[in-house]
Amino acid sequence: MSNRITLQIARYRPEQESEQTFDEYEVPYSKETAILDGLNYVKDALDGTLAYRWSCRMGICGSCGMTVNGEPKLTCATFLADYAPGPVRVEPLRNFPVIRDLVVDIGDFMQKLVRVKPWLVRAAEKPVSEGEYRQTPEQLEDYKQYSMCINCMLCYAACPVYGLDPHFIGPAAIALAQRYNLDNRDEGSTERMRVLSEHEGIWACTFVGECTKVCPKHVDPAGAIQRYKLTAAIDSMKSFFAPRGA
Amino acid sequence: MTRHPEPLLWMLFSAGGVVSGMLMPVLVLLFGLAFPFGWVNPPTYDALRALVAHPIAALVLFALCALSLFHWAHRFRHTLYDAFQIKHLGGVIPVVCYGTAVVGSAVAAYLLWQLS
Amino acid sequence: MNETESSTPYHPRWLRPRMSTYWWLEKPAYLTFMLREGSCVFVGWFAVYLLLLLDALLEGPLAYELFLAWSATPWVLLLNIVTLAFVVFHAITFFQAAPQAMVVRIGRMRVSPQAVLLGHYAGWVVVSAIVAFVLLGAR
Repeated sequence: MSNRITLQIARYRPEQESEQTFDEYEVPYSKETAILDGLNYVKDALDGTLAYRWSCRMGICGSCGMTVNGEPKLTCATFLADYAPGPVRVEPLRNFPVIRDLVVDIGDFMQKLVRVKPWLVRAAEKPVSEGEYRQTPEQLEDYKQYSMCINCMLCYAACPVYGLDPHFIGPAAIALAQRYNLDNRDEGSTERMRVLSEHEGIWACTFVGECTKVCPKHVDPAGAIQRYKLTAAIDSMKSFFAPRGA
Repeated sequence: MTRHPEPLLWMLFSAGGVVSGMLMPVLVLLFGLAFPFGWVNPPTYDALRALVAHPIAALVLFALCALSLFHWAHRFRHTLYDAFQIKHLGGVIPVVCYGTAVVGSAVAAYLLWQLS
Repeated sequence: MNETESSTPYHPRWLRPRMSTYWWLEKPAYLTFMLREGSCVFVGWFAVYLLLLLDALLEGPLAYELFLAWSATPWVLLLNIVTLAFVVFHAITFFQAAPQAMVVRIGRMRVSPQAVLLGHYAGWVVVSAIVAFVLLGAR
């Protein structure tokens, strides 16, 4: 553990200053040391005032998303050795308001998530006596990729459309809506379409594709959005030429 | 279902993208470079006139011109938003962009009709 | 719920850095995206060029000759060279997006993304060949 690397960490102390500053810390590392481990070392041994979020430290909870050398990353899944000799610049996740240091407010995403109803919507639950809902492996494949989302919001940080206009519903919300739309047990696609086909829903997306590139779980939200555009467009044409009864 | 025309505009954009992607490279190569540079002889007036009078050719040309203009309009409108951050300025940009595409499509229809 | 409502409440001490006007220069992927979007200008230009050609055809043989001569002037040639580059770039990026943007099924089998891409390129070659054949064979 004789290797050391410098972390340039963004600090924001709203009670003291109105601007972001950078503090430098030298941390030891080996080939297994993640950036999150470096942050924990800073907080433990160097500066206990550093504020940041983390939880599972194994890439499944989605808490530790930050901007590392300009790219959105899960800090538990990104390794200091890959940035040697450094320095490594650690900033809060882009496109979200910064509360303190590396902690951002994710309320906007939380509201959007609820709006797309990311749960199985059914007119009536099947009674237990009628048995289980059946799903073939092929039906599972239809939506499985989108179910991998861990709500880490790296895609929102990478999306310039969201950065320019926070009203955009965003990649993860649409991918999660699709996870349920494509699930054969779900009956809620009409309700979700009302939300998704709003002006700032899927139609604001210009297929930059960065969301898919940064996703640590290979969800491919860009693909989900473009495919849904076709679905929504066809539905729109259908309802224009043959309006459904009220 | 949706009270705004985004789905239709997106479909026109997509169709325009496919049509222009398929047809424009060879046409630019010929009419933009090969004929002016003299690498090959351009079609004679009579031959080309007869060609565009053919209903299939006329249809293809109309689709190419009209859809390409809508492709430009939709993408350009979004580029103005992304590059200059003027989304909040509201209705002027879409009207100018799609209006131009509508006018261009009408011109294409008129010319091809007159040439048939 | 009001569709235009942004859900982040205003908080006086939260930092909200504004996105730079030159955000698209910050990453190569963003620059490529902007160039791809910018290609639409050249698509639009060539549509206008075709309309000018059609108008020349309508006006008569002399107008057609004048159009051909005009298309050989240096500025127009330069413009069309750039147009060719951007139109090809547009075709390539558009086809590249196709497999990601659509799921193609034949019966229950899903067509592989590579096949979708190859299909686009094959179509491109066939269409270009037909157009070239028709135009160069027209006498």
